Formats: sequence, structure tokens, C-alpha cells
Amino acid sequence: MSKYAVSKRRSHRFNKMHNAGMNPRGFHVSQIKFYVLLLPLSALMLLPIIFIFSSAFKPLDELFAYPPRFFVINPTLKNFTDLFSRMSSSGVPVSRYLFNSVLITLATVAASIMVSSMAAYALSKKRFGLKRTLFAINNVALMFVPIAVTIPRFLVIERLNLLDTFWVHVLPVLALPVGLFLLKQFIDGVPDEVIEAARIDGAADWQIYWRIILPLIRPALATIAILTFQAAWNNADTSALYINHENLRTFAFYLTTLTTTTTGANAVAGQGIAAAAALIMFLPNLIIFIFLQSQVMSTMTHSGLR
Amino acid sequence: MQNETLLTLPASTTRPRSRNIFRAWLNKEGSAYAFLSLYGLLFIIFIVVPVLAAVLLSFTFFDTIQPPQFIGLRNYITLVTQDDTFMRYVLPNTIQFAVIVGPGGYALAFFLAWVLAQLPKFPRTIFALILYSPSMTAGVAMAVVWKTLFSGDQSGYLNSFLLSLRLIQEPIQWLQSPHHLMPIMIVVTLWSSMGIGFLAMLAGILEINPELYEAAALDGMKSRWQEIFFITIPSMKPQMLFGAVMAIVGTFQAGAIGVTLSGSNPTPRYAGQLIVNHIEDYGFLRYEMGYAAAVSVVLLLMVLFFTRVSNRLFGSEA
Repeated sequence: MSKYAVSKRRSHRFNKMHNAGMNPRGFHVSQIKFYVLLLPLSALMLLPIIFIFSSAFKPLDELFAYPPRFFVINPTLKNFTDLFSRMSSSGVPVSRYLFNSVLITLATVAASIMVSSMAAYALSKKRFGLKRTLFAINNVALMFVPIAVTIPRFLVIERLNLLDTFWVHVLPVLALPVGLFLLKQFIDGVPDEVIEAARIDGAADWQIYWRIILPLIRPALATIAILTFQAAWNNADTSALYINHENLRTFAFYLTTLTTTTTGANAVAGQGIAAAAALIMFLPNLIIFIFLQSQVMSTMTHSGLR
Repeated sequence: MQNETLLTLPASTTRPRSRNIFRAWLNKEGSAYAFLSLYGLLFIIFIVVPVLAAVLLSFTFFDTIQPPQFIGLRNYITLVTQDDTFMRYVLPNTIQFAVIVGPGGYALAFFLAWVLAQLPKFPRTIFALILYSPSMTAGVAMAVVWKTLFSGDQSGYLNSFLLSLRLIQEPIQWLQSPHHLMPIMIVVTLWSSMGIGFLAMLAGILEINPELYEAAALDGMKSRWQEIFFITIPSMKPQMLFGAVMAIVGTFQAGAIGVTLSGSNPTPRYAGQLIVNHIEDYGFLRYEMGYAAAVSVVLLLMVLFFTRVSNRLFGSEA
């Protein structure tokens, strides 16, 4: 880690001389072409996201105005109040779905940080026979596509009696090979001397893990938190496939029911409500990423796959 | 420390020897496995067992009511010789989608990362956030947006825009049309493909020692292209490989998009039918689990193949 800091400092000193090239410190004429390219592109990338914001606050007449307008003129919170005064077709209030989502997401993020960081600590700093093999297996699992094994997963979950439980939302998400991989790479950057010193002072393994490793790898933990957050918060499949009790399903699932029922008689009221719900789905992702982005970037430096 | 002193004690003669060896092993490696156990257990239950089960089921006929019957390779033979839908629509669609979205999205991610790396920190962070944010939006949340933007009547945004420019005469049923569904799926997936692989590549480019560029410039390297191919990419091969694996997985994982957009499985005239939808179609709509498992295995093999290819390109052995 110290090596990393030194090279960073050197690179900055180097760049002080000119603002062109990689990782410049300030503005330079040669950068104009990049802005010319990036500004329209990012405007295009942002359009659908601005659209969520805009539609969520549109009153009914603007949602169905012809010709349609992109931006809202008279913003209103009516879509949100409508959303929360609604019941699903089976009588479960919307706030219940939201509560489930929050609870499931918190539990998943916390558990995922613990489970993957413990395993990553062992894979990075402990010595044991199968170490390389297990890490190689996890690297192969990086290319695991969960959607491909939906059916066998269903059979496994059925056998374990996990259908219609809270845990079926949490447990499958915890086996996240990318998370373990990123954490392990990051822990590799913690110098062995630190751990050796603690061991000589008589620290047990769990103390080293808890008091030394965890505080030193906060950026990587933040990254895992974001990845798991996105996986858990946006998860509608679990509710659709493994849950039959309406009051155990998530907000993401509720949103899918809104978008599939917005055709037909319900269409007029449905669209505004769906837009409001989509905004509620999107905002936490964005806010968390904004707060943790520098952490994520420093983790990604260690993301190389050899 | 304590563990090591235990190890040096003479083996007691009262206990069988194998037990002592086990003890020694436990003292030496036990805590490593203890730390790994939770993750390992979940990994086995939710990744290893389902993959093995898929492989085993693929050799059976299984309708979820009766126990699976072993039928050998018949599922695979049917898939290749008799599944007209698979050969005519699903496979070509999947290849078209994967080839454009996979390498296309990957190249785009690298290019954008390369551009961003040449901006100062503050604007770089803002642009990176903007480009990354679509990948945070779940397919669910975005279905609302795409359905409105591509709505089939004249009040749909795209229709209304094109009508006002007089580019089209009458509204187009974008998401129900076999001609337009696939391009829309590709655009939507590319839009949301600047994910974690993109961030990894950006970090990778920023980590390259600037003295390398300086040295190359002194050695007479002139063009930007030479710089990219002889310095940038070789210096960040590990991140390139990570990005490639993420791109491949993301591409195949995104397969549900056609059904989400068109709202039906099968998609209109199988225009947006990808291999993932085919699995779902057979598994959850027709309950032919054995056959669906065979298709899953084919999908996993495709991912494996593409990862092998990128390993050849960027792996450390190459």
C-alpha cells in the first residue's frame, strides 16, 4: 500500500509540469476534444434518468399530454401520495413491500460484508494447502451467470425448505464471486509485516481480522456494500420465483406488477405511479454510489485478473 | 504462536496416530477453513450444486412431477436436430446480441475510460458517475421508462418526435415489431453496460506509470494509437481481462431484456428471443426441466468459451 502511495505522489509531481496526457491536474487545450465528445454523450446517457425524475413529478394531464413533453411543468407529489395510499391486488400496502426491501437489503449488505471479507482474509493471508485451488475456483466462478441456473437453483431452494422465507432473499446473493475476488485482491495490498507484528503481540486470528484487516480495507468493503446493495435492492426475481406470500415480496417486485398492469383500464393512473416507484428504486443506488465513489475507484485499482 | 508450540510437543502415545495428524492439520489450517466456511457453504449450495444439478438434469427427462428419468444425450440431440425455434431464432439472436453488446460494449467502455483518464479529477469523476449511473438502474425500474419512450401510439416520445420531424408517416409499434425489437434491446443494453468493468479499466489506466509514456515519447513513439496498443493495453492487461469477464457475464445476464421490453415470452415472432428466455420458456412455462437444463449447460459453455478467448487475449500466459 505504501508503494502505491509513493507512485501516486510521483505521478502527480510529474504531471505538474504539464496538464496534457494521462491523469492531468488541470485544464489544457488538448482536452477540449474530449469534452466535445463527452458532453453530448453523457447528455444522451442521462436522458432516461432525467426522464424518471421528470415523469415521477408530472401531474396526470402532463403525463398524457399530446404531443408529449419531456420535462415537467407543474411538478406535483401526487404520484407519490397515490403510490403509498395504494394496496396491491391482494391487499398488501405498498409500504410493506418497501419495508421488506429495506430490511432485506440491510441484512444482505451486512451479511455479505462479513461473509466475503472473512473468506477473503483467509484466501489472502492464511497459509493452507488448498489456498491456490480455491482462489482459482472462485475466479472461474466470476463468469457464473446466475440466470442460467434458475431452475436447478429453484430445486435446491425447494429441497432446503427455503421457499417462502425471509432467508431466500438473502442467502443466494451472499455467494458473490466478484465480491470475494475484489476483497482478496485488496487485502493482498495489506503488508504481511502488520499482521506478523500483531501476531507477535499475541493477537488471535479473529482479532487480526476484526481489528486490523477490516479497518484497513474500508474502501473494498464499501465496494462490496454497493455491489450487494444493487443486487439485493433491485432484485425482483427472488420474489417472483421463490415467494408465494405477498407480504414477503419486495418493492422491486411490486414495480414489475405495476409495469405489467399499466395496459388496460388502469393505464392512466398507473404510469405516474410506476414512474414514482421507479424513482424510489433508482435514487438510493445513486446516492450511495455518489458517497462511496472514491472508495470504489481505489478498490478497482486492485481489480486486475491475472 | 500458541498453535506452533502445541505442534512441537511430542506425539502422545495414548492416541492413534492418524488422530494426531488430524490435530496437527487442524491447528495449522483449521482457522483458515473456519474463516472460509460460511462463504464456502453458500458458494457450494447456490453455485456449485446448481451447476452440477443442471449438468445432471440435462441428461434426463424431468417434468417436476415424476422423478427424473435418464435419457442420455437425447436432450442435446433434440436441441441440435429438432428444436426449430432454437436453431432458427434463439441461437442466431443470441450470437447477434452477444457479438454486438459484448465486444461492442467492452470496446466502448475501454474507449470512454481512456478518454476520461485524460481529464482532470473533478470533471472525470462527474462524467464517470454519469456514464456509470445507467448500470445502477435495475431492469425493472427502467422498463417503465423504455415502455413510455418507445410506446407504440402517437403519444410515445420517440414516435411523436419522429412524426414531428416528418421522418415517419405513422406511429411505429417499436416494442412489438420483429424488426425493431432487437436493435432496441441492443441499444438499451449498451446504454447500461458501463458497469464495474468500466470502472476497473478506468482505474487501470490511471494506475499506469506516466514515466512509461515519457520514455516511449523519447524513443520516438508518435501516434496515439501506438501509445494505446503498445503501452496502455499491455500495462493494464489484468484490468482488461477483468473488464472482459464482466462484459461477457453482463451480456448473457442481460438476456431477459427482450421479454421485459415486449412484455411477453416468447417475444413477438421470436425476434428478441435469447437463450435465457428459451430456458425460462421450457423450464417455467412448459415444465420440461431436463430440456431446459440442457439449454442452460449450452449457455454456460458459451460463457466459458468466450472467457477462454479473452484469456488468450489478455491472460498472463499469453
